[in-house]
Amino acid sequence: MSSYQLDLLSNLGINILLALSVYCPMATGQLSIGNAGFMAIGAYVSAILTVHLHLPLFPSLVIGGIIAGILGVIVGFPALRLRGIFLAMATLGFGEIVRNFFMNFLTSLTGGAYGFRGIGNIPISISWIWGWVAFFLLFFFFLSRSRVGLAMMATHDDETVSELIGVHIVLLKVSAFGVGAFIAGVAGGLYAHYYLYIEPEFFNVWESIHMVLYVIMGGMLTFWGGVLGAGIFTLLPEFLRFLHDWRGAFFGIAIIGLMIARPSGLITREMLRVSFWTPYRKGAKP
Amino acid sequence: MKEPPLLALNRVSKTFGGLLAVNDLSLEVSKGYIYGLIGPNGAGKTTVFNLITGVYPCSSGSIHLKDVELTTLKSYRIARLGISRTFQTIRLFPNMTTWEHVLIGQNFLSRPRLGGILPLQRAEEFTLREQAEETLKVLGLWEMKERRAVTLPYGSQRKVEIARALAARPKLLLLDEPTAGMNARETEDVLNALAKIHDFGVTILVIEHDMRVVMGLCDHIFVLNFGQKIAEGTPSEIRKNEEVLEAYLGQEE
Amino acid sequence: MLGSTYSLIAIAFTLLMGILNMLNFAIGEVFMLGAIFGLTFVHLGLSFYLALPLAMICTGASCLVIERFSFRPLRKAPPLVPLLSTIGFSILFQNITVNLWGSERSQFPPWMEPINISVGPVLFSLTQGVILALSILLMIALDLFIQRTRIGRGMRAVAESLETASILGVDFNVIILMTFFVSGALAGASGILFGLSFSIVSPFMGMEPGIKGIAAMIVGGMGNVRGAIVGGMFIGIIEVLSVGYLGSAARDFAVYGLLFLALLLRPQGILGVIQPEKERI
Repeated sequence: MSSYQLDLLSNLGINILLALSVYCPMATGQLSIGNAGFMAIGAYVSAILTVHLHLPLFPSLVIGGIIAGILGVIVGFPALRLRGIFLAMATLGFGEIVRNFFMNFLTSLTGGAYGFRGIGNIPISISWIWGWVAFFLLFFFFLSRSRVGLAMMATHDDETVSELIGVHIVLLKVSAFGVGAFIAGVAGGLYAHYYLYIEPEFFNVWESIHMVLYVIMGGMLTFWGGVLGAGIFTLLPEFLRFLHDWRGAFFGIAIIGLMIARPSGLITREMLRVSFWTPYRKGAKP
Repeated sequence: MKEPPLLALNRVSKTFGGLLAVNDLSLEVSKGYIYGLIGPNGAGKTTVFNLITGVYPCSSGSIHLKDVELTTLKSYRIARLGISRTFQTIRLFPNMTTWEHVLIGQNFLSRPRLGGILPLQRAEEFTLREQAEETLKVLGLWEMKERRAVTLPYGSQRKVEIARALAARPKLLLLDEPTAGMNARETEDVLNALAKIHDFGVTILVIEHDMRVVMGLCDHIFVLNFGQKIAEGTPSEIRKNEEVLEAYLGQEE
Repeated sequence: MLGSTYSLIAIAFTLLMGILNMLNFAIGEVFMLGAIFGLTFVHLGLSFYLALPLAMICTGASCLVIERFSFRPLRKAPPLVPLLSTIGFSILFQNITVNLWGSERSQFPPWMEPINISVGPVLFSLTQGVILALSILLMIALDLFIQRTRIGRGMRAVAESLETASILGVDFNVIILMTFFVSGALAGASGILFGLSFSIVSPFMGMEPGIKGIAAMIVGGMGNVRGAIVGGMFIGIIEVLSVGYLGSAARDFAVYGLLFLALLLRPQGILGVIQPEKERI
């Protein structure tokens, strides 16, 4: 496999993780356009740990993710008070604050705006990335068939009613935010150790917006939607080489068209009807 | 004999801005009976439900479930203590099936390990699902369990809402105009369902506009007007009550 | 100075938000198009005073295109959908401009003598002064338009309640088109003025001001033209002050920090009208 194809596959893996990181809070009805910020936190923290403290990769990734997750929880609490566009803007603001933070602070460790070079000498193997992808896909698979997943769906559909039937909204929403942040943080760490170079400019608003687009376009009601969206956005440009510089226009038009034709994205929940019935029925058939 | 009533409102008031929606309201609900809450439009009936279930805080007064004070609790805790409700306009989850509605209604009863992500408690889960199945069958919704609830006919949707409220076997069921917008057959369907629910031992408090339903169904009726209780009693007492007639006739312009 | 640019963009956002409840993410690119169109016209030999209104008409028209595809077909959809559609337009406009114009930065030719004036402790050039004056003129014009003309009153009626407005016989198709047009024209004007005062014209110039315009709208209070003006000024001042006192590194930090705080503490903004949704049962 050529190194170009390897890069492509790595990008795909990381983008899938990022899509999942947006999907998680979105499944409880919270739109976050700031996950690039959590990605940045994961990237920088894990890079600092491996480069300056010489920790092995796995704990660095996890710690990076955890710190991102903790910040996700911290942001998640005030986020409870905000809805829709307000929440989106607050998360956007947060993402930009994080980016600015890494531009101006800790620069002796990270190189600030000039970028963090030399994160290790060899890029990590692609199986690191896809190992995490497999883990999180499994995680969401079980989550979507569980009662917690059901509670998330309810919260997404109608928060007020959910609270009135006993769902612990606060716990659910804040956790979803935190878990999403964790996933983005891990993705950031993987990115840093594959490309061996990061700079704050990478983790900007448009990155956050792209992640959101993966989920929206692919289908926001199931975690597979984000996977499909990430796949399309990562791989389709390869097939559209003939468009050269007009690929952006193509995507813009595709987005506009899709919103008119099929606003909930390509994959709907109907297509993947999760059966809550199957594993438990002993004896007689329904 | 002095067992605390199932639900007690003690001098409850609620103001919104300058508007006094509920005014010094006191009432008691005893276990096992069916109560009606009636009154002209705007009398504050739904507000009372919202106060009981914690949607709004009371401006003054207190609400108790047996000996537990509800006034300061958040909605999800109140629900977990055993109070369920339906809504004036049917509020189902647009993306869920009938079956899923009942499951989510009983969600807080399950005590999963590992956050419920891995299916670990087979026995407990099995019991819950049997209970869910029973709920649907009692309400005649079993055949539609896999259908997305919002695609069902109106009367069935209302029953799904009731099924969701019943899923956790609440002590007290609050129904907000359950027969609104229904034809005679649908109404009867719902009433039969309510009778069966009553047999389960669930205490019911119903807001209704349809007088025949109220008079036929309820053991005891509270009448509200302008946020105050103007009368209470058995159906026959209420039917003859001067003030009540006036309050309603006043509406009939 | 900077504030007035932000104010104009914020007004462009807030018009659509307040009257039609829609967030048009592409306004940032419309801003950019204003500068691009303006510079093109100037290169073609038009005087600046012609180029400005002409460019405004062009950007107004581009906003009408947005209306046709992001608003009209999506009236019944949840608000997230038109927003995403405008993100699509944002990408589209930027890409088209990069391809047709090139991605290097450019600037307006000097159009006024470099005279400096001092007002008290503040020193600024004649150019900046005229630009500021033009911005203020536009804002006043808009204010008068909304308060005095029939269409303006129609806009306010629709902002209050679509139903009431239609009962009163307001032709809201016209209102909708006008709102988009005016919003686009203002954003375009803002772009030219920005390009003039900061000597930058490039396909990427709209990205940051766009986001800061949204921030200004929120901080000042959504749905409210005066709020947008206040918000824009506020953000502009904060930005300049933070560069002055904390160094240019802290600039964005301060602005986004302010946005974040504002959303936390007072989401409806300084002059806020629209509340973050509260449920009614």
